[in-house]
Amino acid sequence: MFETLSHLALQQYWWVIISLLAALLVFMMFVQGGQSLIYNLAKNDEDRDILLMSIGTKWEITFTTLVTFGGAFFASFPLFYSTSFGGAYWVWMAILFCFVIQAVSYSYRKSPANFLGQKTFDAFLFINGLGGTILIGTAVGTFFNGAMFSVNEMNFSKWETPYGGLEAVLNYHNVALGLAIFFLARIIALMYFRISIDDKVIFDRTKKHLAINVIPFLVFFLLFVIALMFKPGYAYDAQGFVKVEPYKYLHNLLELPVVTVVFLGGVVAVLWGIFTAYFKDSKKSIWVAGPGVVATVFALFLFTGLNNTSFYPSTFDAQSSLTIVNASSSKFTLTAMSYVSLFVPFVMAYIWYVWKQLSKTTIDRELAKNDYH
Amino acid sequence: MIESVDMSLVDWSRAQFALTAMYHWIFVPLTLGLTFIIAIMETIYVKTGNPEWGKITRFWMKLFGINFAIGVATGIILEFEFGTNWSKYSWFVGDIFGAPLAIEGIMAFFLESTFIAVMFFGWGKVSKKFHLVSTWLVAVGSNLSALWILVANAWMQKPVGMQFNPETARNEMVNFWEVALSPTAVNKFLHTISSAYVLSAVFVIGVSAWYLLKNRELVFARKSIIVAAIFGFLTSVYTIGTGDGSARHVAKDQPMKFAAMEGLYNGQEGAGLVALGVFSSSETDPKNENLKDFAMKIEIPNILSYMAFMDWNAFVPGIHDLIDGNEKQGIMSANEKIERGKVALAKLKAFKEARKSGDKELAEKLKTEFLAKNFQDNYFKYFGYAYITDTNQLIPNVPLLFYSFHIMVGIGMFFMFLFIYALYLIIRKKAIKHKLFLRVAIWSIPLAYLASQAGWIVAEVGRQPWVIQDLMPTMAAVSHISTGAVQTTFWLFTIIFTTLLIAELRIMFRQIKNGPNS
Repeated sequence: MFETLSHLALQQYWWVIISLLAALLVFMMFVQGGQSLIYNLAKNDEDRDILLMSIGTKWEITFTTLVTFGGAFFASFPLFYSTSFGGAYWVWMAILFCFVIQAVSYSYRKSPANFLGQKTFDAFLFINGLGGTILIGTAVGTFFNGAMFSVNEMNFSKWETPYGGLEAVLNYHNVALGLAIFFLARIIALMYFRISIDDKVIFDRTKKHLAINVIPFLVFFLLFVIALMFKPGYAYDAQGFVKVEPYKYLHNLLELPVVTVVFLGGVVAVLWGIFTAYFKDSKKSIWVAGPGVVATVFALFLFTGLNNTSFYPSTFDAQSSLTIVNASSSKFTLTAMSYVSLFVPFVMAYIWYVWKQLSKTTIDRELAKNDYH
Repeated sequence: MIESVDMSLVDWSRAQFALTAMYHWIFVPLTLGLTFIIAIMETIYVKTGNPEWGKITRFWMKLFGINFAIGVATGIILEFEFGTNWSKYSWFVGDIFGAPLAIEGIMAFFLESTFIAVMFFGWGKVSKKFHLVSTWLVAVGSNLSALWILVANAWMQKPVGMQFNPETARNEMVNFWEVALSPTAVNKFLHTISSAYVLSAVFVIGVSAWYLLKNRELVFARKSIIVAAIFGFLTSVYTIGTGDGSARHVAKDQPMKFAAMEGLYNGQEGAGLVALGVFSSSETDPKNENLKDFAMKIEIPNILSYMAFMDWNAFVPGIHDLIDGNEKQGIMSANEKIERGKVALAKLKAFKEARKSGDKELAEKLKTEFLAKNFQDNYFKYFGYAYITDTNQLIPNVPLLFYSFHIMVGIGMFFMFLFIYALYLIIRKKAIKHKLFLRVAIWSIPLAYLASQAGWIVAEVGRQPWVIQDLMPTMAAVSHISTGAVQTTFWLFTIIFTTLLIAELRIMFRQIKNGPNS
């Protein structure tokens, strides 16, 4: 089936898969968003237990999505893996640190003989919620704004600044994306709490926090998107020559109408979800806003890699910029991997089924008191 | 391609990876094996409806959960360190190595992480049967993830199913099934998971023995020991069998590692196996501190030859044969391999120069020569040797490997008898009176971890200096980052991992002390 596709078609197919994984990851980061709310939304320990019990059944899926995103990127575009990870060392290490401390916290925070104390593990979860979202968002910002690296004729890369990727925070556009993702994760978390927790006090508080988080989200998201439409991008021709093209992402928006429809549809769904959550006190707004997040991020990722766009531009040497053509795995590997990708719908189906089973019982104070482990 | 290599960067990068991998490997074996033990216990619970089995299942599940979380934490770092610390490696083999990692994520991690939520949060919310299926799926998922990472690891020890592409300067996969089902990969997977099952069985028996020694939870402890002892005995026999297979693969594909495991300096026909040996502090070769002399050894004649080649009188090459060459046995010297590796690298560089200068004709000619079977078999095969500046770099730490290998084998053998004896005592209802056995069983838990770590050392330290056997040494694989950066993260990870390990142990001990009724 996949053998008949050209190498370029497979590269595009894999960019679509990567974009989908990135979109699902951003949606799943409502877990991080929820963790970042444990000191605001919860007024006491009991509140915190309820919130963490609610997202505690989901954190591993977010974690796994991140790991799979990394693995799939490694498999399909190994030059990105070797360039970004080996160069932006401090950024990726900081992201790893945020996720390492998360992994143990759910299990250990209430355990007897936990010598670090519950407060430490709660703080770990908060750090993961804050740092994980902002750092990942800022790192993804470099897909649009580039980074200082070079790639030699043997395809070995070198970072051309001594700051190991930390220089990304000096670009407002990167930071705007990081903050937009942070506030978006909190908004989706608030919607998730509404649907999974049966508690009026918490429900009422989510409304107030929706208002608090929606405004900065809209500011940073609009700042990011508007600036993106006016900024130049890196385009490549049939020979692989890379050059700076003014309004590249605006061109992509106009030249990829299907992706544009997905993007606009996603944005409208997110806004509609927020509207129904705030003005209509909807409990189910996540079913609109969640797919909206997936569609928006999916489309944004497609804009970065399709239509002859460099998905990881080098601001040091334009010809070192990474594209889906020069950074990808061989045709054989992409073909083999494409068969594996057929499992993705199956995986999504059983995740859906399991969540449905577990969601039959909503969480309330009584359950949290008895069942938290 | 050959740049001046900062060896301290290589050493710190290796240390960081070793630190992460060894910490990860403290937690993973218990996850791999305990899930199956729990699944067996839960199956009995669902079949019999006996609430005692339900209690037993829940208790071991609690310990599993404590252990699982920290395994996940260390695992994510390993995946990303391939890129952060070994970026040249990531490109050189990403076309092959990345695929198993991605498959691991899609096919195994999601299975594990989805159904583990049911395992822990599903009691009373889903049916008993669905819960049981979920527990089995967690067991299958965690073991599937081991399969794919070990396929990737095996490929590093024995690269197969690939072709080097001079255009992209990397190895590219040409046969997926050859990579996934290579005999090295299959054997490595079976040996690793069966040894993890043994460790888990020892863990269950050791903890249960503690209860018997304290005269607590007697029914719980007896039932747990029965399941673990049967599971442990079967898997320990299997571990010995797969270990034997692994040794043959190592002897054939990584003869230097095999010679170091046995402290064999000079090759022999009908070589004997050193069953017990102690190294002196003096070196056989003053130029290489790795080559320590034996102070004493007990050797069983001909066994090593049989173990390696199924022939009592086969020639087993020693370290000196592999370095200096042995014409009679058809073994090429290391210096000759280095020269051939340099020829391969020079041709690749010439090809790249021709491409860069736009000389298409010359580039095509060089590419054809490079890909010719004769050149591949006689020159590219030794590509990684081009980076070797001193033949002593090709010799791993012999005492470390020798002791690790013998500790692993010795403890593994001991466990087989421990399981038989545990089963005997439980069936005869004598275990509670046999205080010495109970103490030995408890102290076997750290022994199991020691054997497990020793196995990791044999497999991974033993292949040094190669990150990919004969094709890429560690010094050519490292990222272009500062040594200071790696030193900083090394110490940060040391602090984090150690703190989390202490936290894990304290929580685990308290949970055990509280018992299954808590």
